[in-house]
Amino acid sequence: MTATVPAQAALALGDDALVLSHRLGEWAGHAPVLEEEVALANIALDLLGQARLLLSQVGDEDELAYLREERAFRNLQLVEQPNGDFAHTIARQLYFSTYQDLMYGELASGDGEFAPVAAKAVKEVDYHRDHAEQWTLRLGDGTEESHGRMQRACEALWRFTGEMFQPVPGVDLDWAGLEARWTASVTSVLGRATLTVPEGPRTGAWAAGAGRQGLHTEPFGRMLAEMQHLHRSHPGASW
Amino acid sequence: MSTHDWPLWEVFVRSRRGLSHTHAGSLHAPDAEMALRNARDLYTRRSEGISIWVVPSSAISASSPDEKDSFFDPAADKPYRHPTFYEIPEGVKHL
Amino acid sequence: MTGVTATATAAAGTDASYQAVFDAAVAADERIEPRDWMPEEYRSSLVRQMAQHAHSEIIGMQPEANWITRAPSLRRKAILMAKVQDEAGHGLYLYSAAETLGTGRDELLDKLHSGRQKYSSIFNYPTLTWADVGAIGWLVDGAAITNQVPLCRCSYGPYARAMVRICKEESFHQRQGYELLLALSKGTPEQHAMAQDAVDRWWWPSLMMFGPPDDESAHSAQSMTWKIKRHSNDELRQRFVDIAVGQAEGLGLSLPDPDLRWNEERGHHDFGAIDWTEFWEVLKGNGPCNEQRLTQRRRAHEEGAWVRDAAAAYATKQQTRRARDAHEAQQAHPTQETHHAQPARQAHANGEATA
Repeated sequence: MTATVPAQAALALGDDALVLSHRLGEWAGHAPVLEEEVALANIALDLLGQARLLLSQVGDEDELAYLREERAFRNLQLVEQPNGDFAHTIARQLYFSTYQDLMYGELASGDGEFAPVAAKAVKEVDYHRDHAEQWTLRLGDGTEESHGRMQRACEALWRFTGEMFQPVPGVDLDWAGLEARWTASVTSVLGRATLTVPEGPRTGAWAAGAGRQGLHTEPFGRMLAEMQHLHRSHPGASW
Repeated sequence: MSTHDWPLWEVFVRSRRGLSHTHAGSLHAPDAEMALRNARDLYTRRSEGISIWVVPSSAISASSPDEKDSFFDPAADKPYRHPTFYEIPEGVKHL
Repeated sequence: MTGVTATATAAAGTDASYQAVFDAAVAADERIEPRDWMPEEYRSSLVRQMAQHAHSEIIGMQPEANWITRAPSLRRKAILMAKVQDEAGHGLYLYSAAETLGTGRDELLDKLHSGRQKYSSIFNYPTLTWADVGAIGWLVDGAAITNQVPLCRCSYGPYARAMVRICKEESFHQRQGYELLLALSKGTPEQHAMAQDAVDRWWWPSLMMFGPPDDESAHSAQSMTWKIKRHSNDELRQRFVDIAVGQAEGLGLSLPDPDLRWNEERGHHDFGAIDWTEFWEVLKGNGPCNEQRLTQRRRAHEEGAWVRDAAAAYATKQQTRRARDAHEAQQAHPTQETHHAQPARQAHANGEATA
């Protein structure tokens, strides 16, 4: 792989994968059923692999993961949101894996710098998207309780979805087309799951921006504190 | 216990082309679609397979160990079904 | 046979011949399979052991998962996630094996959650530092492997097959633990101290993993006759100590036992007395983490109930819809063969399940 991948773009995509992988890792030992322990860990491992591939093209993967300050991370706010109940985790997966699948699908078929990474990732992400869709159907069209939980989760995370379609400099994509296809796909899945597409705003009202500009939500700082603590406690040590 | 216990499924995995599916184990899943996915995650996470079948365990009819004698012993006294039963003169090849 | 149950003796006429067939099969090192006749006590003993083993795998996820979010490098994080995932998988294999004897997973989990079935006491100890992840891999998994390798030849087929798969997958678990400790031992003085501290704390509990001494072990003798177990607790413990001594030297770490030394005459290492009071106390529920582990397990199960119910409800709805669709299709085209609205991956009934 050549070092021509634009650094800021690789950080944005790499941080998305790194942070979501971390959140999914928090499920270990807490999943609703054993089979799902295995499934969530598979997704987390795929994402961690993607993160390492992307970050190591920008610099030392561990320095980037463990020694950057919160404001230097370029991930979407969506992926840093706490797990919440299983419905929140699935809603986050649905929104993000649909985005990642469409994006990597397009990048893989092109000849840009990200094509090789995307070609590997798209197979993994395809499965993540399927997993999220299957669960969205079951939670949405399951019991009254699960329907309520899933609807609330979709709404709670809706306002983090607008940020996904801000063009990332260095990622050569039809961003408007991506948004249209994402909306169509998510609308279709939610419809089949008897859920209503949320109507609220899709971004926070703050001109300073969001995750791609290094502006994150409060839970992210605590997540990083936990993630980086041990590494930072032993400067220069090897593990 | 909940009345919503997920049923048990038997998982069969084809490890590579040219081989038949082999019983790998079982798992619980609410339906066939999830059973396939769970089987993929559980039984092929080290690249053990290229194709999976899942069958509801309740759909399998099995021979009974009690009938073992009548089922399987009668086959034992038919040696003429095996090629080693026949004597062929030495030197005859490709037979 | 010491305790053939009342039900078994009631039908004594045929049971004697069944018993003879069973005994001969075990004596000839053949495998007993789920639908074979087996003594009730063999069955219950196996269910208990397989369930306890499965419970240990899933409770054992907790002390290690405790460090996933703090793993100090991305490489270590991936390894640890994969390992904890394997443990969930191994729990699943073992529950499946136990289910072949007619006890469902829900019933077994229920017994775990209500404290009626045990899991390995080792997981009632806390993982206080990152080095504990290494110590668990090296010592706890090492002890487990010593116990488990002979189980691959256990007389009960499904258990033996599950163990073959598990042992194959676990071969990386112990190595990663050893490698992790080696990196710490050769690292900064703080890292070295962290590694030594972890080994000091995990050594004795690991020796206890082999269970009480042979003369105090309630189930051992019978299990050996039935070839569920192949070696005694003390035999396996000795084997483990003999192996660990050299490995500790390779790590540059010491084992916390002043009485540990080579005995030329026995051809084995002698080692100090194990604190069995601690063992029995932890087993009774008074270990540092018994309450915490069970509480987390119960909570995960209870908080997951609505998810499991949702998926079951959805499956029922889908079945009803398919039946209705089929019925309507039949009404619309009574002469045509019914085409069920089946998912694309559903197999066709053409012998081999391939479409």
